[in-house]
Amino acid sequence: MSFEAFLIVAAVLFCIGLYGSLARRNVLAVLMSIELMFNAVNLTLVAMAKYLAPAGLQESLSTALTGQVFAVFIITVAAAEIALGLGIVFAMYRTNESVDLTDAAQMRN
Amino acid sequence: MWFQDVVFWLLSVVAIGCALGVVLTRDLFRAALLLVAVFIAVGGFFVLLNAEFLAVVQVLIYAGAIAVLIIFAVMLTRDVQRGNPPNRLQIPAAIFAGLLLAAMVVVAIDTRWDFLPESERPGVEAVQTAAVSNIPVEALVQAGITDESQQEDAQTAGLADLLTGKYVLPFEAVSVLLLAALIGALALVRPRTGTGLSNTSPVVPPFRGGVDGGPGAG
Repeated sequence: MSFEAFLIVAAVLFCIGLYGSLARRNVLAVLMSIELMFNAVNLTLVAMAKYLAPAGLQESLSTALTGQVFAVFIITVAAAEIALGLGIVFAMYRTNESVDLTDAAQMRN
Repeated sequence: MWFQDVVFWLLSVVAIGCALGVVLTRDLFRAALLLVAVFIAVGGFFVLLNAEFLAVVQVLIYAGAIAVLIIFAVMLTRDVQRGNPPNRLQIPAAIFAGLLLAAMVVVAIDTRWDFLPESERPGVEAVQTAAVSNIPVEALVQAGITDESQQEDAQTAGLADLLTGKYVLPFEAVSVLLLAALIGALALVRPRTGTGLSNTSPVVPPFRGGVDGGPGAG
C-alpha cells in the first residue's frame, strides 16, 4: 500500500471514467462517468496530502490539509455539476423524448 | 500494517471492478447501483488516507445525495429498457484511455516524489485525522509536538479553521456557485409554456409532467 499504488488506482478509475464519457451514448451514463473522474481526482489529492511534504510545512501544520480542502471544494462543485447536469438532461428529454446523445443534433447545420 | 494492505487491495478490486461495471453494463439502473459501490469504496480509501471527515462527506454527498439524484433521473427518463449502447467512438476512446493510463502509470512510478519526512509524519497524521475537532494536548505530545507555539499551531490547523480562515474566499465563492446551480436547475426543469409567461399565471395549464414527454411538452 504505497503512495504509487494509490496513484495507479486513481489513474485506472480516471481512465475508466474517461472511456465511459467518450464511448457512451446515454447522457446519464456520461454523467456517471464524469462522477467517476471526479472521484479519481479526489483520491489523488487526498493521497498526496498524506504522503507528500507540502511547501511551508515548517511554518504551519495546516498546509498538510491543503489537499483535503481542495477535495472538499471538488465535492461541492461535483454536487452543483450533477444538479445542473440532470436539469439539462430533463430539458433534453422533454424536447427530444430521448436521452441519447446522438439524437441531440438540433444545432447541426 | 498487513491489515491495511489487505483492506487496500480489497477496496481497489471493488472500486475498479464496479467502475468497469458502470461503463460496460447495458442496464442503466445497475450502473447507478455500481456507481454507489465505487463511491463507498473511495470513501474507504479516504479512511485509509487519514481523511475521516472526507470519508463521511463522501458517503453523505456522493453515496447519498448524488446517487439518489442519478437513480431518480434514471427512473424518470424511462430509457432503462433501451439501455446504454456505446457509440461509434468506442474503439478510439478505449485506445485513448489506455494510452493515457499508461502515461499516468509511468509518471506515477517514474517521478521522484518529495515524500513527507518520517519526523513530520506523527504531527501531520494527528492534524489530518482530527481534521475538525480540537486535538487534545496529550495527543499532540504523543505525536512529538511538545513546543507551546507548535501545539497552538496544530490546534488551529483543522479543516474547519482552514475553510473559515485561509480559504474563506473560495468557500464563499463555492456557496454562491451552489446557489446559482440551484436556481439554474430550477429554471431548467420549469415547464415550458411557449408564451414566456410565468408558470404561476392561472391561464397556463397545470404542469402535466413534461419529463414523461407528454404531447404538451416542449
